Amino acid sequence: MTRYTPATDADQEAMLAAVGVGSIRDLLAEQIPEALLLQEPLDLPDGQSEQEVYTHLRDLAARNTSAEDEVTFLGAGMYDHYVPAIIDMLMGRSEFLTPYTPYQPEVSQGGLQVMFEYQTAISELTALPVSNASVYEGPSAVAAAAYLAKLVNGRRRIVVSAGAHPHTIQTLRTLAVGYGSEVVVVPLKDGVTDAEAWAAAFDDDTSSAVVQQPNFLGAVEDVQALADAARAGGPKAVVIGAYDPITLGVLAPPGEVGVDVAVGEGQSLGNRLDFGGPSFGFFAAREAFLRRMPGRIAGETTDVDGRRGFVLTLQTREQHIRREKATSNICTSQALNALAGVVYLSWLGREGLPELANLLAQRTHYARTTLAAVEGVELLHEQPVVREFAVRLPGVDVPQVVAYCQDHGVNPGLALTRTHEGQFDDGLLVAITEQRTKDEIDTLARLLGDAIAAQRTGARQEVSA
Amino acid sequence: MSTTDNAVPTEAVAYGGDEQGGARVPAHSVNPIQRDPARTIFEKSVAGRRAFVAPPAGVPEVDLDEIIPAGLRRTAPARLPQVTEPEIVRHYVRISRRNFDLDSGFYPLGSCTMKYNPRLHERVAGLPGHARLHPFQTPEHAQGALELMHGLERQLSAVSGLPHVCLQPSAGSHGELAGVLLARAYHESRGETRTKVLTPDTAHGTNPATVTMAGLEVVKVATNPDGGVDIDDLRAKADEDVALIMLTNPNTLGIFDPNIEEIASIVHGVGGVLYYDGANLNAIMGITRPGDMGFDIVHFNLHKSFTQPHGGGGPGSGPIAVSDRIAPFVPVPVIRKEEAADGSATFSLLDAPTEGPGSQSIGKLRGFQGNYGVFVRCYSYIRSLGGSGLRDASEKAVLNANYLLAKLDELGVREHLPLAFGTRCMHEFVISGGPMKRDLGIKTLDLAKRLLDHGYHPPTVYFPLLVDEAMLIEPVETEARETLDGFAAALAEILREAKDDPTIAQNAPYSTPVRRLDEAGAAKRPIIRQPLEETV
Repeated sequence: MTRYTPATDADQEAMLAAVGVGSIRDLLAEQIPEALLLQEPLDLPDGQSEQEVYTHLRDLAARNTSAEDEVTFLGAGMYDHYVPAIIDMLMGRSEFLTPYTPYQPEVSQGGLQVMFEYQTAISELTALPVSNASVYEGPSAVAAAAYLAKLVNGRRRIVVSAGAHPHTIQTLRTLAVGYGSEVVVVPLKDGVTDAEAWAAAFDDDTSSAVVQQPNFLGAVEDVQALADAARAGGPKAVVIGAYDPITLGVLAPPGEVGVDVAVGEGQSLGNRLDFGGPSFGFFAAREAFLRRMPGRIAGETTDVDGRRGFVLTLQTREQHIRREKATSNICTSQALNALAGVVYLSWLGREGLPELANLLAQRTHYARTTLAAVEGVELLHEQPVVREFAVRLPGVDVPQVVAYCQDHGVNPGLALTRTHEGQFDDGLLVAITEQRTKDEIDTLARLLGDAIAAQRTGARQEVSA
Repeated sequence: MSTTDNAVPTEAVAYGGDEQGGARVPAHSVNPIQRDPARTIFEKSVAGRRAFVAPPAGVPEVDLDEIIPAGLRRTAPARLPQVTEPEIVRHYVRISRRNFDLDSGFYPLGSCTMKYNPRLHERVAGLPGHARLHPFQTPEHAQGALELMHGLERQLSAVSGLPHVCLQPSAGSHGELAGVLLARAYHESRGETRTKVLTPDTAHGTNPATVTMAGLEVVKVATNPDGGVDIDDLRAKADEDVALIMLTNPNTLGIFDPNIEEIASIVHGVGGVLYYDGANLNAIMGITRPGDMGFDIVHFNLHKSFTQPHGGGGPGSGPIAVSDRIAPFVPVPVIRKEEAADGSATFSLLDAPTEGPGSQSIGKLRGFQGNYGVFVRCYSYIRSLGGSGLRDASEKAVLNANYLLAKLDELGVREHLPLAFGTRCMHEFVISGGPMKRDLGIKTLDLAKRLLDHGYHPPTVYFPLLVDEAMLIEPVETEARETLDGFAAALAEILREAKDDPTIAQNAPYSTPVRRLDEAGAAKRPIIRQPLEETV
């Protein structure tokens, strides 16, 4: 198949003549040892027409149950928010979709300005003065923040609340092994970080304290109290907050409650679910950390005519210059996903973000109250929640409940046994977005009741049989 | 509009209104939109405007204090812009026009493989069954996605010549980190603590940065006069402390190291692991395989070799392929395929496999399964091309690079811009601007900036570090011969022009949305956000 390669046979002949070789094979044989040249084609099927590939990919898509196909209450880190139409349109523009990293700023002002605006929006959202142009995604952003802390204070212990996403804790552990740190997990009590155990976890060798807001079970943490306790016990500790950005419409921003580095998953800001990626991780910090932050940063400057312009700046932190002395090996941003983020935040605007967050809080409150009234459903905790909450279905097989509801067109949420086996085996984590209406919440309550009753009836029948 | 004798006839100026390209004299011949004063969306904000209208809550509302105590709440809203939808659209469309992009111009960036991005891939990645699939969807309801990921693993295995693939890493540098951690875990499982990582001085900057993040020590290996690894230096440094060597082949000079089998034997001989940086994979697909060269771990840059659009710097994706001995340590989750007697297949995701790949996993490197949206595009590309198509792509990439070299020779360009190493190249080559700087008084940076006036994105400059005034050029297989001719002619024209008047290049560019920017000033006094006090 050559539909993307323009060289015709005639071109090829002329080009080979210009090079002075008889064939491409000769050109390769001059450079690659004979024994390494493949004699057989790669073990792959023959190429296909565009139409055939489309049909195959459509068939694969049809074998997935997407948020288009069912009413979904799944969250746990990524959320089914409505993505405004302008985002697809702007992300699809070739001028944003197809350029390379803006290393030639004179012809990359569009992308650089987007980065600058994105950094401003994230600083506003987090109430922290400096933001980079984004990192890979949520959990690895936390790990990058912990590495920053290690560079700053040289301490060894990372204290993390068990309320952090399990992926975050696992990612921290993987990377901490690399740079010789130890991860200490502080348990939850009544759905939030156990204050006593938290305070006791800090010492002079503590590098960072990691808390997630709201936590994995949806509970709003008292971040100020946790940050204060971390500093009291570990004087050098860098306080890292992993935030759900939408909830910052109503929750106190990290910069105002003692957080030094705020990071988080940006998917909910105008990005698709995409089965987990790509999205972006945001990364904002206090001024003192500016020159040690990972990733790209856009800065404002002027050109020789005095015009305002933007460049990639503070590159001396980066791997392409500092190599083994770089502050991180991250050498990209998630530019296109971050574009969706800043467009989405502009679309919501100053008034819209609090309105949306308030809407989520109201519907979540209703959903939690409604579900708690279903026989067989209990709240897993009673802490304040914004957009996600956990319930227990004592004595019930939760994955079976999920399957029952899915058979009726509703995905009720995450069976917590999938992430917390042995700890919350009867737990269900339910997420609300502005796409989940009162009717859908009522339907969920009815289906949960039916599923629980069906299981109990089934169990009784088994016993009597 | 063109005033050059040797105008570039076929190449439109991608970012400008001057469709002929080749501005000979300093002139501000650009579209007025591009000369917009750069006002940000925050500066366009007007109190009272909005784009978002919330749906009615539809539930009985309660006082927010009853839901979240006031002490935990935000007191002042984030000062986001206050703009209407048409203003947002116009703002971003206008600033998009101040970008050079691959769809409208040639991007011969060495080491970065800027090939055409088929639009089919955007269409299929946008199907709701892919784009709106939740990552915690139960595997029974995500069989299509898992089949696709398993299929991509098999495709990448075929290309690399290594049996196991893990898709999780988010970017090439993330894949590198995975690779180094894997090598470390492998040695530790054998009771060995090895601390050194060999990296050639031509290596990508991410290699040493990654080694440091993984807690190991960088040991540089010299380059020989032919541009390959200096075997004597390698022998001297290869000892029982070596955990791995990180190489790309062809290397960043565009040279295939003919001693690769000997290198493999030396490193394996001291018990080390061979790691392949996949940045230059576009030179060898279907031609040779890293697994055959002796590599144990390979990372892929899906955005380079397999047509994922670069997005202005992301997203990418950096899967890794590994040999049998490394496979137990790969990050989780792993995808498992089970075939039933009737030939039907079921796919599952395992977070803690008890045997096979991932059974002694280093853990997770990020949330969820990786950049699935990128997987869809790359899988589609490999389906479209098949084995022979991939080979054709690589062959044409090598042909284009060597043709461009020959063309530069024919036009006398190589007198000022000689090839740094060797005589032929694989898919890219490095020329040195040293003689040009000495003889004509213009630096590689000046040449790069002047190319912008001709409508071309400059090649990668000042890398690799060991070449004086380096320019690393990779013309890729999706570019036509006429484009290469035009680019060569532009280089020749700039050199000719510099003989008459070097200040033209020294002060370039002229036709771009902004002219040469003060980067040093930006770093000295960083302004990295809009100061909002003044505008809101």
